Amino acid sequence: MQPVCPAPILRHETVQMAHGAGGRLSQELTKRVFMPHLHNAFLDQLDDQAKFDVVSGRMAFSTDTYVVSPLFFPGGNIGELAVNGTVNDLAVGGAVPKYLSAGFVLEEGLPLAELEEIVRSMAESARKAGVMIVCGDTKVVQKGQCDRVFINTSGVGFVREGIDVSCRNLRPGDAVIVSGTIGDHGMAVMTSRAGLSFQSRISSDTAALNGMIHAVLDVVPGVHAMRDPTRGGAAATLNELASSSSVGIELEESTIPVREEVRGASELLGIDPLTIANEGKLLLVVPESDAATVLSVMRAHEHGRDAAIIGRVVEEHPGMVVMKTPFGSRRIVEMPLGEQLPRIC
Amino acid sequence: MKYIDEYRDPQRARALLDEIRRVAVNEWTIMEICGGQTHSIMRNGIDQLLPPNVRLVHGPGCPVCVTPLETIERALAIASRPGVILTSFGDMLRVPGSSKDLFMARSEGADVRIVFSPLEALQIARENPDRDVVFLAVGFETTAPANAMAVRQAAREGIGNFSELVSQVMVPPAMRAILSSPGNRVQGFLAAGHVCAIMGWEEYEPVSAEFGVPVVPAGFEPVDLLAGILKTVEMLETGRSGVENAYGRIVSREGNPEARRVMEEVFEVADRPWRGIGVIPQSGLVLREAFARFDAEKRFDVGRIAPQESPLCRSGEVLQGHLKPSGCPAFGRECTPLTPLGATMVSSEGACAAYYKYHRNATP
Repeated sequence: MQPVCPAPILRHETVQMAHGAGGRLSQELTKRVFMPHLHNAFLDQLDDQAKFDVVSGRMAFSTDTYVVSPLFFPGGNIGELAVNGTVNDLAVGGAVPKYLSAGFVLEEGLPLAELEEIVRSMAESARKAGVMIVCGDTKVVQKGQCDRVFINTSGVGFVREGIDVSCRNLRPGDAVIVSGTIGDHGMAVMTSRAGLSFQSRISSDTAALNGMIHAVLDVVPGVHAMRDPTRGGAAATLNELASSSSVGIELEESTIPVREEVRGASELLGIDPLTIANEGKLLLVVPESDAATVLSVMRAHEHGRDAAIIGRVVEEHPGMVVMKTPFGSRRIVEMPLGEQLPRIC
Repeated sequence: MKYIDEYRDPQRARALLDEIRRVAVNEWTIMEICGGQTHSIMRNGIDQLLPPNVRLVHGPGCPVCVTPLETIERALAIASRPGVILTSFGDMLRVPGSSKDLFMARSEGADVRIVFSPLEALQIARENPDRDVVFLAVGFETTAPANAMAVRQAAREGIGNFSELVSQVMVPPAMRAILSSPGNRVQGFLAAGHVCAIMGWEEYEPVSAEFGVPVVPAGFEPVDLLAGILKTVEMLETGRSGVENAYGRIVSREGNPEARRVMEEVFEVADRPWRGIGVIPQSGLVLREAFARFDAEKRFDVGRIAPQESPLCRSGEVLQGHLKPSGCPAFGRECTPLTPLGATMVSSEGACAAYYKYHRNATP
C-alpha cells in the first residue's frame, strides 16, 4: 500500500481560519478577492502602510465600524455603508475626503462570493466618492465569534481653507435644512428582516455626500453646522446640536420629508421616523439669509432633490428640540433611548 | 397612507375643536382608556388644544403597564433556564422586574428574542424542536385572538415545545373598577377603537347603564379623537348615557365574530391582578384546561415569586385617573425612561412615558 500525502486545498469557496493566518491562504485571499477590485498605486506596493504627500493646512481624521445585519439589504450592503459612512463623517467637517483604510473581521464559513460582492461595492463606492482605499487588514475568527463580516473604515481628508462648521455654531434665527426624506435606511434594514415584508420595497439611502457638501460650501462657505443623522436619526442629531450650542430648535412637522412607505411602516412598528437612521442624508444649519441659496444648490444635486427647510434655531428652551404640530400644539422631540431593533449600521 | 390623511387634517381638527368649545358649558372629566390614545393625544398636543373645562385623564389601557411584576419575574426565571427561548413584543423587554429586565437577562446569556406576532414565536418553535419556546402573551382583547390562534395552531400541529406565559386582561371589568373606586372623577369614557374592533361595543352597554356614564368608541388619529371627545361632551351636556360610536369606519356593535370565537375556544375568564391596581374580579383570560400543556406557568415550576414594587411608584393612581403623571413626586426625578420605577414609564403606551417624552417640562 502506498501512503498518500494529500496536497493542501488552496481554492476555497468559504472563508477559512487560515485565510487570516498570514500564510499562503492569506495571500490567496488578497490576490483573489481584494486586489482585483481595490488595487491602486498605494495598495499595489503591498507595504504595511500607505505613504502619501500632504498639503499645508488642517487634516481631518475619522473612524467608524460597521456591523449591520443583514449584510445585504434593499439599496445597498455593508461595504457601501463602510465607505460612504466614513466619507460623510469627514465631509460634514468641511474636509475633502482622500484616503481610507479598511479592516475586516470575517467569520469562518462566510462564502467568498459574498465577501467579493462586498469588496466590489466598496471599490465602486470609493470611486464614486473620489477617495482611495490605501491600506487594509483582515482577521478571521471562529464560527459564532462575529456575525459574518464586521468592517472598520478610517479616513483622512483635508479641511478646506476658511470653513468653520461645528455643532457649537448654531445661532438663533438660523434655518435648519434636511437634504431629503428621513428614515429610509433604518426602515430598509428593519423591513428586510424575515417576516416583515411590505408591498413596496423601501431602499436604503446610503450615499457619499461629499459632492453635495462641497457644492454647498463653494457657494455658501459660512454654513454654521453640518451633520449626517445616522444612528438615533434626525432626533438625536438635532438634540446634540441644540445642546452643544445651548440654543433651542423648533421644527415644523408638516415640512419634514418622509416617504409614504416609510411613514406607513413606522406607524405599523410604532417608531418615529425622526429616530430612524439615515446613511445618505445631511442636516445643515445656515444663517437665514443663506437658506434659499443653499436649498437651491442642494436641490440641483442628485442626493438633495427633496431638500427642505424643516425648522429654525430659537433662543427659547436651550438644549431642547420642539415640534410644532399641524394642529398648532407643540411637543418635545427627545433624544431617542436605546435601540430595540436589529443592527442597522 | 392616503386613506388616513383626512383624519389628520388640521382644518377638520380645528372645526371639531370649535364645536367642542361651543358645546362644553360645564366642567367635564373624560378618560381615554387606551394607552395608544394617550400617546396620540400627547404626540399631537390635543390636551393643549381643548378648552380648560374639558379635562382628559388617562386610563389603564396599556398592557405592558398593567402586567403584574410577578409575571415579569416569572418570565425572567423561565428565560434563564437552559434550553428556553423566550419571545416577546419589544416593549416588554425593558419593563423592570425587582432587580433586572429581560434585556439584562439576555446580556447574561438568556435567549430572549423580540417578535412582532405570536405566530412568529410559533415558527421559532417549529424551527427549534429541541428548544422550549415561550411567548410572553400580554395584552387586552386586541392581542387575545392572535395569542389564542397561536395556541390553537400549536395544538393542531402537535407542536409540543411551544407555550405561552399568559397575562391577558379585559377592558370592561377595569372600567367597572374605576367607576366603583371612592375617589373616582371620571364622567365619561373614550373606549379603545382597536378593542372594540374585536369585541364590538355591546359589552359596554351594561357598564354604561349601571353607572349612567357615556361610553364612546373612538379611534386614534387626531380627528378621530376629537370627534370622540365631542360626542362624549354632547352626551354629558344633554345628560345621555349609553354607548354611541364615533369610530364607525372600523367598529361595529358585534365586533369580529371569528376573532371572538377563537378567543372563546382557547381562553376562559378568571380573576386577574393588575400592576399598580390589584386584583380585579373576572378581568383576565387564562388558557382553558384543554390547552393546559401550552401554559408556561404550569409547564415551568419556578417556585414562589414575591416581587417588591418600588415604594415611590404611584402608577396605580395614574392608571385609574386619580393622578396626572407630572403630579407624581418621583416623575422626572427618581423615575425617568432610563430609570423607570414602574411600567407606566417604560411602555411607549404608558402615560408617564408619554408625558415624559412629549411634555416633560411645562409645555414649551
